[in-house]
Amino acid sequence: MKFKTKALLTAGLMTVAGFGASAAQAVDLTMYYPVAVGGPVTKIIDDMVQGFQKENPDIKIEAVYAGNYTDTMTKAMTAMKGGQPPQLSVLFSTDLFTLMDEKAIVPIDEIAGPDGKEWLNSFYPAFMENGQVDGKTWSVPFQRSTIVLYYNKDAFKEAGLDPEKPPATWAEMAEMAKKLVKKDASGNVTRWGVEIPSTGYGYWMLQALAIENGQKLMNEAGNKTFFNEKKTVEALQYWVDLSAKDGVMPKGAVEWGTLRTDFLEGKTAMMWHTTGNLTAVKEGAKFNFGVAMLPAKEQRGSPTGGGNFYVFKSATPEQQKAAVKFIRWMTSPERAADWSIKTGYVAVTPAAYETEAMKAYVKDFPQAVVARDQLKHAVAELSVHDNGRIYKIVNDAVQAAVTGTQSPQDALESAQKQSERVLNRYK
Amino acid sequence: MVAAVMSAAEPKATRRRSWATSVNAWLLLLPAIVLLATFTHYPILATLYHSFFSLGRSGPAEFVGFENYHYMLDDDVFWQVLRNNLVFALATVPTSIALALLMAVWVDRKIVGRSFLRLAFFTPTVLPMIAVANIWLFFYTPDYGLLDQFLKALGFAGHNWLGDPATVMTCLAVMVVWKEAGFFMIFYLAALQSIPPELKEAASVEGASRWYFFRRVTFPLLMPTTLFISINALINSFKLVDQLVIMTKGGPNNASSLLLYYIYEVAFTFWDTTYAATLTVTLIAILAAVALTKFVYLDRRIHYQ
Repeated sequence: MKFKTKALLTAGLMTVAGFGASAAQAVDLTMYYPVAVGGPVTKIIDDMVQGFQKENPDIKIEAVYAGNYTDTMTKAMTAMKGGQPPQLSVLFSTDLFTLMDEKAIVPIDEIAGPDGKEWLNSFYPAFMENGQVDGKTWSVPFQRSTIVLYYNKDAFKEAGLDPEKPPATWAEMAEMAKKLVKKDASGNVTRWGVEIPSTGYGYWMLQALAIENGQKLMNEAGNKTFFNEKKTVEALQYWVDLSAKDGVMPKGAVEWGTLRTDFLEGKTAMMWHTTGNLTAVKEGAKFNFGVAMLPAKEQRGSPTGGGNFYVFKSATPEQQKAAVKFIRWMTSPERAADWSIKTGYVAVTPAAYETEAMKAYVKDFPQAVVARDQLKHAVAELSVHDNGRIYKIVNDAVQAAVTGTQSPQDALESAQKQSERVLNRYK
Repeated sequence: MVAAVMSAAEPKATRRRSWATSVNAWLLLLPAIVLLATFTHYPILATLYHSFFSLGRSGPAEFVGFENYHYMLDDDVFWQVLRNNLVFALATVPTSIALALLMAVWVDRKIVGRSFLRLAFFTPTVLPMIAVANIWLFFYTPDYGLLDQFLKALGFAGHNWLGDPATVMTCLAVMVVWKEAGFFMIFYLAALQSIPPELKEAASVEGASRWYFFRRVTFPLLMPTTLFISINALINSFKLVDQLVIMTKGGPNNASSLLLYYIYEVAFTFWDTTYAATLTVTLIAILAAVALTKFVYLDRRIHYQ
């Protein structure tokens, strides 16, 4: 009892003293965090937050997990309009225009302090693209990825293919996929050749195919899209043909959420998925698997993807300073390496790949650097004004095409028309 | 009316008392009125108001008249979700009513295990929609879902049930009927038990067959219940969208999207609040029309007074 009183008194005195020197005051931060892949992501983030708080007892961070990227964005915006915005959040790097239009965020370079510029230059440039507009840096990469091709080496062997030679071109992928399809006695498919997910992130996959075919999907100002260009249509046509003509992919929409299970259960020999799933696949696979860059048509390529840290405008200067401190801690080479090893996401700075932990990991598991190596072919993810609406329009078009409701040409013509109607307001 | 005419002739004391009574009545109504006005009437009026303004993302919101409504009439997705909603209502309302009636008549009779049957029929209603949707999502999952495993055991090919625009609506309708029918059964059961047994005895004395008795006596007497249920089912078919969030997100290509879900998307994914207000006004108008039909037209024709 006595001890307790004493402790309380001391605590009280310390608080009073704390008010004197404002630096010692505890700063509370709320952070919204999106989870897009399987595996214990929330646990990993919680542990990192704990570690940070141990080193910085004057900052308290509450991580709120609000579902996938779209759900988290919804939650953050609702909270903001309700007058209770978070102080920092990881959101789609591509939500930048929407967040700017809503006047929700502050540029990072304005609050990063004197050596901020140097720090921001330490990231992979490909990951910075989506965050830089009007000569300012608005977000810091963290949960970043590219799309990679996962393939089942055992299935390759079984089908008489070289398990060390994943498909390098579109034509090769279709050919190999045909050999990988397995049917039972009554002609039902028990293993598909390849699956590209068409729900949730259909626009992302379409963009990958378009890039490989040498076509950009949007301009830098974020107010023009190129959905009905000939090469975009060809890209979607190839995708549709994989199921409609070649019969190597299931008909209808392929579900993003269950695709990893399909792959792990051997229901498909290859899948296109985010590298963020890598560690979950590694832990779940009962067979040898390989990871490869996406195959090329005219060139290799993948959009980058995933989430960046944003700092909200409504946060107090102290909170903004604390938020930057946290972000710098999270993206420091050791942490970035640790995060990449635990999830499969690409570590955001080259320095992370120079750490001992990362070097040791990559030596045993070379699949871990495929997504990073692909960065030199990577292009900024589709990002325009009114992004949520445009994503929906593209996703609808992709789904219309893969389900056979519309031809790729018609679906993309209609998507372009609708997008122009939305984006005309931003010209 | 009559009371008012009479009160003019009444002495003053009585009039004062009646004034006190009506003040008393209004005071008793006040809490309900305040709540309704704050949470129902004011939001409806505010929604209507906002539907006539521009979004004002860059600059102040401006009065634009019916522009949002023109935009809506031009919006292919709006027409599709409206059509989907009608199809969904047509598929779920009659089926769940028929099923509810069938179940009610069955468990109304004296049979062994009656309570157990009633409980079994009612269970789906008790479950939250989110839980139900997750269970059925597993049923419909291609390849390793329950339905596909069953089909494969019988030698048929599997199907991507929720990924195919041709089947997704039916799949959702089946699930909603399964969930809703038990709830409506309870109403039928109550109505069946309020039918006087003399009618049945009289009919059997007259030698009427059971089917004839059901067709000419039971079913007409259940009409008020049927009306009540059909209105509720119809309104529910516009109100219930939880399953879409879990199972399809309205896809593929809006094939399973419903009006209310589209409103949610417009408001909370696109942040186009004025257009969402416009769509909401449309939804309210539809539901008000349904309710008015019931109160003004159907009620008069159906009740035996």
